[in-house]
Amino acid sequence: MGKENIFHKISKAIVKAFKAVGRWFAFFGQHFIKGDIFTKLSFGILGLSNIIRGQIVKGLLFLGLEAAYIFYMIENGVHSLGGLRDLGTHKQGMVMDKKLGIFVLQKGDNSMLILLYGVVALSITIAFILLYRTGLKSALTVQQVKEQGKKPLSFREEVRDLFDKDLHKTLMTLPITGIVLFTVLPLFFMILIAFTNYDHDHQPPGNLFTWVGLENFKTILFSGQTISYTFWHVLAWTIIWAIFATGLNYLGGILLALLINRKETRGKGLWRTLFVISIAVPQFVSLLVVRTMLNNSGAVNALLHQLGLIPQGTYLPFLSDPTWARITVIIVNLWVGIPYTMLITTGILANIPADLYESARVDGAKPVTMFFKITMPYVLFVTTPYLITQFIGNFNNFNVIYFLTAGRPDTLSYYQAGKTDLLVTWLYKLTTGQMKDYSFASTIGILVFVISAVLSLSTYRKTASYNREEDFQ
Amino acid sequence: MSRPSANRTKKTTKNVLVHALLLILALIWLIPILWVVMTSFSGDKAFSSNFFPRKFTTANFKTLFTDTAQFYFLRWFMNTLVVAVCSCILSTFYVLSVSYAISRLRFKLRKPYMNIALILGMFPGFMSMIAVYYILKGLNLTQSLLALILVYSGGAGLGFYIAKGFFDTIPRAIDEAAWLDGASKWKVFTKITIPLSKPIIIYTILTSFMAPWGDYIFVSVIMGDNYNNYTVALGLYRMLEKEFINTWYNRFAAGAVLVSIPIALLFICMQKYYVEGVSGAVKG
Repeated sequence: MGKENIFHKISKAIVKAFKAVGRWFAFFGQHFIKGDIFTKLSFGILGLSNIIRGQIVKGLLFLGLEAAYIFYMIENGVHSLGGLRDLGTHKQGMVMDKKLGIFVLQKGDNSMLILLYGVVALSITIAFILLYRTGLKSALTVQQVKEQGKKPLSFREEVRDLFDKDLHKTLMTLPITGIVLFTVLPLFFMILIAFTNYDHDHQPPGNLFTWVGLENFKTILFSGQTISYTFWHVLAWTIIWAIFATGLNYLGGILLALLINRKETRGKGLWRTLFVISIAVPQFVSLLVVRTMLNNSGAVNALLHQLGLIPQGTYLPFLSDPTWARITVIIVNLWVGIPYTMLITTGILANIPADLYESARVDGAKPVTMFFKITMPYVLFVTTPYLITQFIGNFNNFNVIYFLTAGRPDTLSYYQAGKTDLLVTWLYKLTTGQMKDYSFASTIGILVFVISAVLSLSTYRKTASYNREEDFQ
Repeated sequence: MSRPSANRTKKTTKNVLVHALLLILALIWLIPILWVVMTSFSGDKAFSSNFFPRKFTTANFKTLFTDTAQFYFLRWFMNTLVVAVCSCILSTFYVLSVSYAISRLRFKLRKPYMNIALILGMFPGFMSMIAVYYILKGLNLTQSLLALILVYSGGAGLGFYIAKGFFDTIPRAIDEAAWLDGASKWKVFTKITIPLSKPIIIYTILTSFMAPWGDYIFVSVIMGDNYNNYTVALGLYRMLEKEFINTWYNRFAAGAVLVSIPIALLFICMQKYYVEGVSGAVKG
């Protein structure tokens, strides 16, 4: 245990990664040495080795894709990649046209599109390098098969393999395409934005934005400006929220499950269904309903008037006073979350060996003692991964906050945020609100990622379900 | 009084107390639901000073469909249905493919893929939504239902944990026996594993079917002001905005009830699979 151990592990992992990268590139050299003339020529004309040795369709596919890539690079790609250097230089505005002698409107560069095209060109290039490597590998393989005097696989046989030996390729291709297109690529793009000054003062097409290095991180973390003040305060509230929301839900859910699962409780299924109804309703519906009920002139205040608990003309500021609102969102989140935990722990509680309780009872243990000494340790042990995901889920709990308060009540001491805003709802406001500070939003996104990653990697990797997955098969 | 009977009285009191407590808790959990059902039939104006409405009417449901000057609820409902069905087919296919490959097949990129999925999962999901928006714009797809389908199913391949956990529990020996008999891996997957995996398939279908009904963030960014292609979540949210809430509040409740009934029924049907899935994945 201890710090040394972790550093040791990290440095080992880094060395391992570098070695892997080295091997990955050494591949090209090794293949060049091992290859005969056709394989060597395949470095220029991808697929040549396959075509000459009878794998015509496959070879033509490689060649065609190579040609397409080269064509793309000449047409657009090189230009797009070049744009990444400074993200545009011509600002939109009036320029003196020397020939006409008057000022004309210059259509400036759009930094946003330049960055996007650059990222696309970069991804296409990476995809091509992967394809190139596959092609070279295939070139050498078919050469070696020939040298051994065997017949190379026909196209039809290779397709058949895709449904047998290489089934994973068939199964994974489409899903990975989806992930790359709609998760990896956009994420990569937004990560890059965190290192630019794409904020409300630098909105294309009217204005340019450019690389600023780690400036945004400095501004948000250490600058002492309003935005930095906002970050630390919102972060503090996010952590408080995540701790309370996770802890209370967990405890409440287990207690509710215990109440329902008691041997003497009648109609277990009925009780469970009653609680499940509240989570079966789509979350935005139930949250919007609760929001209007808790409004200053909403149903709950109306009920309190009717019952005479508060005088006419006054109301309880459930969602409009900062402190009230913070407590209200935690309590409403209990309403949302407890049935989930109840459902999940129900099955686990049933699995606790009964003889544990039996022997405890013989020893004269009270129910409370049994709860803390048997039930909790057992449930905690089994549900640690669930608890971690819940904590991270609450850390990023957009729905509950956004639909209940939308981060309000607002405050002037914060930058574009309210007193109940979490980091993620603040991020959402920064991108969709009036100001459109994309660079700050991306920076916050990266910081949220770092926090989640540290939290889960430090604990999740130690859990049994990650390390011993092969045991179950 | 003998001791056993005193014990029994004590036990009965405790039992009654527990049931009373459960009843109170169940009421707390059900009141908002009951209240929205009540409001959907309410003839009072929005934000009346009564908790229980004075007049009851079915007019809210009727006007929800007939008053199409500002909102087209029926159209939104059909939009959501189309998106839900299409993205559910795609997502189910993606999730099953990936989780079977990860669980059963051994290939070089298996561990790296799992680690990358873990890392990608730690970024706030909608941090990238602006970039998604521009990519869709580049593909000329913004403000269309196809865009929603692609976005909802696009990340499905990352949510393989639960289905993988399920496939892990199917004995490998069955697969191996079939391989020995000369069946291809594709045959084993489609003819043996899939028929054995009904619970997880139902679970995957239902979760991916229900997601579009509740999503607000992506629709709001992708659809912008194209009212024709709204889904119910975005539409209902709009009804509560300041300029509409007074006329539309009771109709919002009616719409909420209409959306919730099918979703709630589906959820209650699949709660068994939900529990099996999740507790299968966390057992350890």
